[in-house]
Amino acid sequence: MTEQISVLALDKPRGLFGDAWYTLRSRPLFWVSVSLILLMVLMALFPALFTAKDPTLAQLSLSRQPPSADAWFGYDNQGYDIYARVIYGARASIVVGVLATLGVVLVGASVGILAGFYGGWLDSVVSRIADVFVGVPFVLGAIVILTTLNAGGDAGPARIVAQVVLSIAALSWPVSMRIMRSTAIAAKQQDYVKAARALGASPRRIITKHMLPNCIAPVLVYSTIALGAFIGAEATLSYLGIGLRQPVVSWGVMINSAKDYLRVAPHALLFPAGFLTATVLAFVMLGDAVREALDPKLR
Amino acid sequence: MAELLEVRNLVKHFPVTRGVLFKKTVGHVRAVDGVSFTLAAGETLGVVGESGCGKSTLAQVLMMLEPPTAGEALFEGRPMFAMRGNALRDLRRNMQIVLQDPYTSLNPRMTVGDIVGEPFEIHPEVAPRGSRAARVRELLDVVGLNPEHINRYPHQFSGGQRQRIGIARALALRPKVIVCDEPVSALDVSIQAQVMNLLRELQGEFGLAYVFIAHDLSVVRHLSDRVAVMYLGKIVEIGTEDEIYRHPTHPYTQALLSAVPVADPALRGQRDVIRLTGDVPSPIDPPSGCRFRTRCWKAQDVCAEQEPALVDRGGHPSACHFAEERSVVP
Repeated sequence: MTEQISVLALDKPRGLFGDAWYTLRSRPLFWVSVSLILLMVLMALFPALFTAKDPTLAQLSLSRQPPSADAWFGYDNQGYDIYARVIYGARASIVVGVLATLGVVLVGASVGILAGFYGGWLDSVVSRIADVFVGVPFVLGAIVILTTLNAGGDAGPARIVAQVVLSIAALSWPVSMRIMRSTAIAAKQQDYVKAARALGASPRRIITKHMLPNCIAPVLVYSTIALGAFIGAEATLSYLGIGLRQPVVSWGVMINSAKDYLRVAPHALLFPAGFLTATVLAFVMLGDAVREALDPKLR
Repeated sequence: MAELLEVRNLVKHFPVTRGVLFKKTVGHVRAVDGVSFTLAAGETLGVVGESGCGKSTLAQVLMMLEPPTAGEALFEGRPMFAMRGNALRDLRRNMQIVLQDPYTSLNPRMTVGDIVGEPFEIHPEVAPRGSRAARVRELLDVVGLNPEHINRYPHQFSGGQRQRIGIARALALRPKVIVCDEPVSALDVSIQAQVMNLLRELQGEFGLAYVFIAHDLSVVRHLSDRVAVMYLGKIVEIGTEDEIYRHPTHPYTQALLSAVPVADPALRGQRDVIRLTGDVPSPIDPPSGCRFRTRCWKAQDVCAEQEPALVDRGGHPSACHFAEERSVVP
């Protein structure tokens, strides 16, 4: 109650996102997930801040050494320092997650808002195409796309990352498209859209000024959760040996190479898997917190 | 008076479809079924009728938010529904709408300044870029809002204030006609009066013509020069405020008037209460002949066979075979 009064007294205009920020500020869940994500992003941007060791230096004499004061997370089968590789692996995982999310949101949201706004045959065609993509099981679809794209064999690290991003985006865009389409259909019927049409606003203006700002929230929430899921998907594909692979360092690649030595060197699997879980969880928690903050009914 | 707007035999049917993959039209909702009226410059035409009689559909078709099924409307003598491009832009400048619900008619993500200033962005020729902020402040002042609140968001205002924002937006382009689609129905009674008075003041100041849609006869009476009474998509009686309220000839109008609460306790109990029985028939399958006959105490065989035309009967147009004056309210 006192908070509300002080807000009124301040009399500062706040938009819906301002309100959401105000709610988020007081939630511990939000701060925990944000600090975890910031830590991961910092690791991805400046890995040298966290470790001075070289993640590509293999010392076979140290193979499968358990954690020690010298190497906090121990060494894996090839004699790589696991701590250094976990730090450097954050970059590939986060880059894949961020790029795949951007692709999914840009393609899905723009196609969805157009389908929702125009309706008719455009909506039918787009929705049926989306149904086709949804119908393909994710792993199967990714295997088909990645093996087809990579039929030649050796690709550089940038190309491998691009292929993985493309396959995740191609198989996941229908979800954000459906979310956007349904919110756009609801927004189209709103009175403020009618008022804008009565003023003679162009379809472009109605979409960008009236519908997009009012429809973006659910997609934003989805994208936060999806980012975590895509990092997990990258790990899944890498584990199966069709995603990222050497020389790219990623958590999925590490889990893949550690799986055969689980009984003799469990630390080689547990540390990258722990980081992966923490990152995915952080994004899911953030998405949850943002959803609650943006949805006035849950307040 | 010169006719600003002339509506001839306007029809709007919504198809009722069945089936998911193969849509089949199984009928039509006859929301507006042959409505004609004229509106002079500076005049207010009240449109009353109960829920579902097609009032709001009429507003939507007039604002060209929905295409008409048939019929014609002339704005300053030119057919509206054929307008495209610049002609349509001009029409939009001259005809604006105030919507019913002030909670949904303002974009929650835009500030008041953006909402009221949007007409100038869509029609940049009306106000040069530099003068827009000043024009928006002026408009807020005209509708009785504090111009300092230009950067606030709609949710920071009360219902009455929001409706004023909606009116300022409609007023921005200096239209000649404003269609008011139940502008006060969603407001408290005390706020209703304020908004009604504002609309009346604005009419005097800017020479506006209103098509004022409402389901409340007393609200319409306060503002209207002429009143049209609608029932199931048709106008059943149209006339001046005095003709409709003092000398109604259509039984439906008489029944509506008898339901208006009387404020004066001395007059209470003296009026002649007409109780209608039954429900409004479905607009998908309206009764033959006169649409009101199923609930009318005067109904005869002729009412089912012949549709009464809206022609002058006893001083003003009324669509009843047995139009007869009956003073309902003392």
